[in-house]
Amino acid sequence: MKLKGWKDLTPGAVLTKPGSAAEFKTGSWRSFKPVWIPENCIQCLFCWMYCPDMAVKVKDGKREEFDYDYCKGCGICALECPGKKGNKAIVMEEEGK
Amino acid sequence: MGLKSGKIVAVTGNEAVAEALRQIDPDVCAAYPITPQTDMMQRFAAFVNDGMVKTEMVLVESEHSAMSACIGAAAGGGRVITATSGPGLALMWEMLFVASGLRLPIVMPVVNRALSAPLNIHGDHSDAMGARDSGWIQLWSENAQDAYDNAIQAFRIAEHMDIRLPVMVCLDGFIISHSIERIEYLDDETVKNFAGEYKPLIPLLDVEHPVSYGPLILPDYYMEFKRAQHEVMSKVKGVVLDVAAEFEKISGRGYGLFETYRLEDAEIGLVILNSAAGTSKDVVDSFRDRGIKAGLLRPRLFRPFPYGEVGEALKHLKAVCVLDRADSFGAYGPLFTEIASSLYPYRERPALINKIYGLGGRDYLPEHAELVLNELVEIAKTGKVKTFKEYIGVRE
Repeated sequence: MKLKGWKDLTPGAVLTKPGSAAEFKTGSWRSFKPVWIPENCIQCLFCWMYCPDMAVKVKDGKREEFDYDYCKGCGICALECPGKKGNKAIVMEEEGK
Repeated sequence: MGLKSGKIVAVTGNEAVAEALRQIDPDVCAAYPITPQTDMMQRFAAFVNDGMVKTEMVLVESEHSAMSACIGAAAGGGRVITATSGPGLALMWEMLFVASGLRLPIVMPVVNRALSAPLNIHGDHSDAMGARDSGWIQLWSENAQDAYDNAIQAFRIAEHMDIRLPVMVCLDGFIISHSIERIEYLDDETVKNFAGEYKPLIPLLDVEHPVSYGPLILPDYYMEFKRAQHEVMSKVKGVVLDVAAEFEKISGRGYGLFETYRLEDAEIGLVILNSAAGTSKDVVDSFRDRGIKAGLLRPRLFRPFPYGEVGEALKHLKAVCVLDRADSFGAYGPLFTEIASSLYPYRERPALINKIYGLGGRDYLPEHAELVLNELVEIAKTGKVKTFKEYIGVRE
């Protein structure tokens, strides 16, 4: 994304375009990444509910792969995940490993 | 539009500014009482109570809240006012930067008062000088008439579509706020027409066009926003002069970026803000009567500071004293540093000295101005400055 110069800014830093946060990809902030293990997933959608961003994609009531463009690696989904018979469906892995 | 003769009244500075605010009839006023501003907002609250204005009066629990409520109301799309003094302005400090950074044209009379400690309620410029870098436009007023006229012009300057910045109208605590003077009011219709209808720029309450105020701006953009803010400030001078020219048409009273008094052919001069300029002008006259070419410059627009114009007005003098009613401990007074900066570009420039006077409401008397002018006569003769910064009217 080309950064704007000071002459092209909205007065007072007011955001005039609704939903423009989607243009700002924050995935690069992550140092740990959540990894989804589908065989342990009971589709409770706790991860989708707890995610403070919109990094858990859901289609037709079922969760799909993470959207790593927005996941900052906070780990809340992994913490809340009940898993199946004691086996977590989301685990955190260090980035770059 | 022809010049209508105004109504001549005997009122205090606070009363005069409250009257200007009544005539403007803003949408919202959020205020907290503090001496010596209290009586201005009390009068305005009475106008609200008596149905003389349609203003929504918000009584808050502190000045930080007052400015916060003003910011919310102005972002919402309203014409907004408040007023404060001394420690009240200090408590607003954080929010002052939010108001200017969000480009909200709030108008705020500041009844200048000293800062604690020691606790003091009297006239002193430390409050507004402490806020000089907050991004607000500052208009300073010598007397009640100035304060009334500045308050009316402040709305036009703040709300100009090229500006959209908050404005402080400074007047000296007690000396002006509580002294009765003869002043001339404009009639309500004239003031209303002059101020015009308020036009919001990007109102938060325009639900058809949703916007967000106050986003987090990281190092990749913050500096661009600050650069843009400086650019807006550079346009203020022109707008202040345009508004003053229009105001002269309705009032017969002329205003500039600063006032000069017998300065054109002067050899020595005083630079002084607000009420003490009146006393100084009398003393300048008595020196002129004795054949001494004395003059005076009284800044009106202190932020943004008109360096070029001030430098041009002072460069021909031999010696100038800048008098500050605020101190920067261990440094020169805030007005002095601006005058020194204005004169720096000139190879030939006057010798400069700085006097700190009148702190915490200490009287500034004609003999103080005489003492300073006599010293300037000596400096003009010898070209030698003994002490650059001194306190006057203080016991040893």
